[in-house]
Amino acid sequence: MTQLVLEQALNGLQFGLMLFLLAAGLTLVFGIMDCINLAHGSLYMVGAYFVAAAAQAADSFWLGLGVGVAGTAGLGLLLELTLFRQLYRRDHLSQVLATFALILIANEAVRLIWGPAPLMLNPPDALAGPVEIGGFFYPAYRLLIIGCGLAVAALLYLLVAKSRVGMWVRAGAANREITEALGINVRALFTAVFVFGAALCALAGGLLGPLLAVQVGMGESVLILAFVVIIIGGIGSIRGALVGALIVGAVDTLGRALLPTLLGAVLPADAASTLGPALASILIYLLMAGILFFRPQGLFPARA
Amino acid sequence: MAFYRPASWQKPFAAVTLLAALALPQCLEFIDQSYYLGLATRMLIFALAASSLNLVLGFGGMVSLGHAAFLGIGAYVAAICHQAGIQQGLLVLPLAMVVAGLFALLVGAISLRTRGVYFIMITLAFAQMVYYLFVSASAWGGDDGLPIYERLQLGSFSLVGDAALYYTALGALAFAMFLFGRLADARFGRTVQAIRENETRMEALGYPVFRYRLVCFALGGACAGLAGALLANQSGLASPSLLQWTQSGTLLVMVIIGGVGYLYGGVVGAIVLLGLEELLLSWFAHWHIVLGLLLLGIVLFAPKGVAALFGRSRD
Repeated sequence: MTQLVLEQALNGLQFGLMLFLLAAGLTLVFGIMDCINLAHGSLYMVGAYFVAAAAQAADSFWLGLGVGVAGTAGLGLLLELTLFRQLYRRDHLSQVLATFALILIANEAVRLIWGPAPLMLNPPDALAGPVEIGGFFYPAYRLLIIGCGLAVAALLYLLVAKSRVGMWVRAGAANREITEALGINVRALFTAVFVFGAALCALAGGLLGPLLAVQVGMGESVLILAFVVIIIGGIGSIRGALVGALIVGAVDTLGRALLPTLLGAVLPADAASTLGPALASILIYLLMAGILFFRPQGLFPARA
Repeated sequence: MAFYRPASWQKPFAAVTLLAALALPQCLEFIDQSYYLGLATRMLIFALAASSLNLVLGFGGMVSLGHAAFLGIGAYVAAICHQAGIQQGLLVLPLAMVVAGLFALLVGAISLRTRGVYFIMITLAFAQMVYYLFVSASAWGGDDGLPIYERLQLGSFSLVGDAALYYTALGALAFAMFLFGRLADARFGRTVQAIRENETRMEALGYPVFRYRLVCFALGGACAGLAGALLANQSGLASPSLLQWTQSGTLLVMVIIGGVGYLYGGVVGAIVLLGLEELLLSWFAHWHIVLGLLLLGIVLFAPKGVAALFGRSRD
């Protein structure tokens, strides 16, 4: 039992860190420019496809990851310059509609280019096996993901909390007009943030590719989770995104693994087996509704 | 946006359209194209669903991204009644409205405490909860959905025939449009629109803003439930895919294509979107690309939608 809990806790940490990569870009786009980007999940999907296709062509996971991330960043730049600049000053409804349209286009374009069957992406050979930690075996590749996630989180923290650009980003999230009035080029800043967010999406998609299937529609479910994360954490706050992502990752993974067993202890077996999975899958939404009810601005609001 | 004012020719135009819609089944039979009756029925049902969202979104100013929940709940109420052996539509249809309306009341009571982006997201979260609940409820079919083998009875009339279902959907839509039209002009509709324009001022004038919004939200949910029950009867299945968040997105798209806050916006949008789907799907399997580009075009160049031609705002 302890081993199961420990293993699931590591899985939860891994899932939470990947969610953080997605949520970090989303929360900045949201926070600074007040722009809803439903197509963020599509960038994740397109990124995973880029990585998988490049890795197959080059026969190397690492090369594929590099090319895929760079390609998605380029696509992000193109989208920001042509479309998103038009959307910042529009109302939320227009942003929802335009980015919903982007989802439709992205899904169909991917289906047109790579076909409806999922793409295979193999992890690097050196990391294919399990490693032993503290008496039990855990896949080496998942440990790598945890390591990457922690490294990116640390990098983002340094960038946002300590660097000058990070200060501008925080200022932009707190009050855009005043930041502009102080002579910061918020427009260029935002292009950079958007491109950076797109690259993080591709990184998450590429890293998760060997664990999940690279397929059409993979972006939508994860997009909703990323939204839950940034709502819980508070829109515009990187710290909130990290805390929210870790909470959501842990609650979701542990809930799915342990809730049916825990319910079985207090309820009759058949009731527990039907209620357990249902409750586990809505747990994070209940959490989000609860947090919004008591703290409508999230845990770490960027606009105080 | 100012108060809704229909164009002077809107009422006669709607009456003529209603007459044409009444004659449609006979015309289709005459030219031997009864296949299209199913499409027409789907258009009417989605017109009802989109109009109910338009009430919430266009008149109430509440951007809800969880409207599919109410549609799906209506569908599941119909299917669960069928499973329990209840076939009387005079009972099932109102029940679907009541259940969906009560759920909307609950969602609204919690969501309407938040504003803007947070409101969009919390309505989405509630819809996702309903989706996952039905996906994992194995007693109600889980992933596969719950089938309906025999359509409802309405009084002593059976809706088994396609024409009978068509007329039921037409009747429901006509009634809803009449109701919404009267509401928009009534004290309630004026108040709700005024709240959309300036919430603080209405609050200061002493209006119970929260309660007006909540009633509007619940009414929209109830009408979506009716549409869901009809839809499940037409397709013979209450499926979790009705509850997916992309379905909420599609309903939003319908309203925006048609025209947000114009009485017939939802109707026009549903007919245009489903018509486009039918037309484009026959020659291009990847029609979503075309639809996506079209939507982008609408957002960037014609943000008021098609039905903007059907009404004008008083400045």
